[in-house]
Amino acid sequence: MLSYILRRLLYTIPVVWGVVTVVFILINVVPGDPARLMLGQRGDPATLAKIRSDMGLDLPIYQQYFNFLRDVAKGDLGKSYRSNEQVTTALLERFKATFRLALWAIILAALVGITAGVISAVKQYSAFDYSAMIIAISGVSAPVFWVGLLLLLAFAYNLNWIPGVGYGDGDWRYLILPVITLGVRPAALLARITRSCMLEVLSQDYVRTARAKGLAERVVVGRHAFRNALIPVITILGTQISDLLSGAVLTETIFAWPGIGRLEVEALINRDFPIMRGGIIFMALIFLVANLIVDLSYGFIDPRVRYD
Amino acid sequence: MTAQQIRKSGGSLWYEAWLRFRRNKLAMVGLFMVVSIVGIAIFAPYVAPHDPIKQLIWTEGKEAKLAAPTTAHLMGTDLYGRDIMSRIIYGARISLQIGIFSTLVSLLLGVPLGALAGYFGGKVDDFISWIINVIFAFPFLLFVLAVVAVFKNPSMVVVYIAIGVVQWVSIARVVRAQFIYLREREFVEAAKALGLPTWRIVFVHILPNALAPVIVQATLGMGGIILLEAGLAFLGFGAQPPTPSWGLMISEGQRYLGQGIWWWAVFPGLAIMYTVLGFNFLGDGLRDALDVRLKR
Repeated sequence: MLSYILRRLLYTIPVVWGVVTVVFILINVVPGDPARLMLGQRGDPATLAKIRSDMGLDLPIYQQYFNFLRDVAKGDLGKSYRSNEQVTTALLERFKATFRLALWAIILAALVGITAGVISAVKQYSAFDYSAMIIAISGVSAPVFWVGLLLLLAFAYNLNWIPGVGYGDGDWRYLILPVITLGVRPAALLARITRSCMLEVLSQDYVRTARAKGLAERVVVGRHAFRNALIPVITILGTQISDLLSGAVLTETIFAWPGIGRLEVEALINRDFPIMRGGIIFMALIFLVANLIVDLSYGFIDPRVRYD
Repeated sequence: MTAQQIRKSGGSLWYEAWLRFRRNKLAMVGLFMVVSIVGIAIFAPYVAPHDPIKQLIWTEGKEAKLAAPTTAHLMGTDLYGRDIMSRIIYGARISLQIGIFSTLVSLLLGVPLGALAGYFGGKVDDFISWIINVIFAFPFLLFVLAVVAVFKNPSMVVVYIAIGVVQWVSIARVVRAQFIYLREREFVEAAKALGLPTWRIVFVHILPNALAPVIVQATLGMGGIILLEAGLAFLGFGAQPPTPSWGLMISEGQRYLGQGIWWWAVFPGLAIMYTVLGFNFLGDGLRDALDVRLKR
């Protein structure tokens, strides 16, 4: 097990290196001069030159690249052009809000999606199955931000049930609409995947055996079928993390949620490149870590999975 | 269905697939939805009741501003008195253009790279798979946003390429898996024994057999691309005003949602959903008809 984790971690290193390199290439394609961006139009040539040398912008490009790799490895993502804040500090600070949003969205999506998928499979071709699947395919087809706006229109503007947008100092009522908005897509995907996996498992011989033994349907579905259908479902959950983070960018923008997604959009508008590249690297790392956890979780769900 | 049965029924593989496809109601619904939206896009000038950019406040007066849906304007008008239905009809052109061109970019990158990785294996595969894993680690929307944002005045071509650059990885994965499966088959052995050049084996002998999953993946990808572009435009990094882009319209209309002006932001969203739903039904139908197993 330990050696598997180590190997898996080692395998992640070249991917992280690739991510950092791609981001470096991306930002250094920019024709503009970051030093001038920092100073604005007023900067005199002497200050400009000083900033350029402070930021290492006067070094040859390969030197800049190695410095960037070294800094990232140390967890130093530079300073924001705008606020002069450490990017790592800013990202970690804003990540709390994103994490709170994303975690609840995943919990909601898993509860609703997996439950709906299991019921749909058990009662295949029932009215529930049809309506759940129509809702699910609509859910994957609707733009995240539009769903959010519809929820706002209905529950905040028309019914006045929700106080409005923003973080609301952690008040849970402010959390409801963003969580639903972000959760719709993964819930819909999970419902579809769970249904098809359950249908496949339910047609297997050992399920027939379990029924023939006279086990209660609840036990057959819950213990025999469900656990075996769960592996592909968990895999999908892992690949959905990057989709979820993309969704968070839009959800946070609509609901003025002070997370990483909104920070990134602001950085893009202000052309604040250190925040921008730091955020992308950070999100890619979250994706890789989440998928590492997913891979390791197989062993807990399915004892047949061995890591060697 | 075995090869014997197919031969007996007298059709090619593609004809058999069409027969299966035709029996699938949802697939036919999807085909109808996609054809209808393509038709609307092509014949936009004939279908649209008004000019999508013309500000009717100058001709119809103040009543044309933010008018609720009526028989004159079925989906209402926006702040500038532009007919929303006409803008949605022209918007189909923008969405489909992005979908088609970005898909082309993703196929141009994904098919050859996936084929190389799958056919040669070893170091080539390791290298290409590494690139695929790196791209997969990025949140797609943010990556595309960043690519578009580094350009000062991004044209739509930049958007096509940016989306294609992230989208090709799912095509490449499918092609790679097909090639790994097909390269050991007898007909490839035979082609090699005949001394055919590698490029001929790869492109003429194996690739046509790997096409079905590529078609399915590209169709399903169209929906994803249209959603991605809508998000991009919504955040202000896609099509620029006064282009009638659906995502942009939602972004413009959202400021007026709180004042009871719902039609500006709601109808373009329905248009996006209709189009994406159509491609998803079509893609699912093609997958079942072509009997493709995809890992999504």
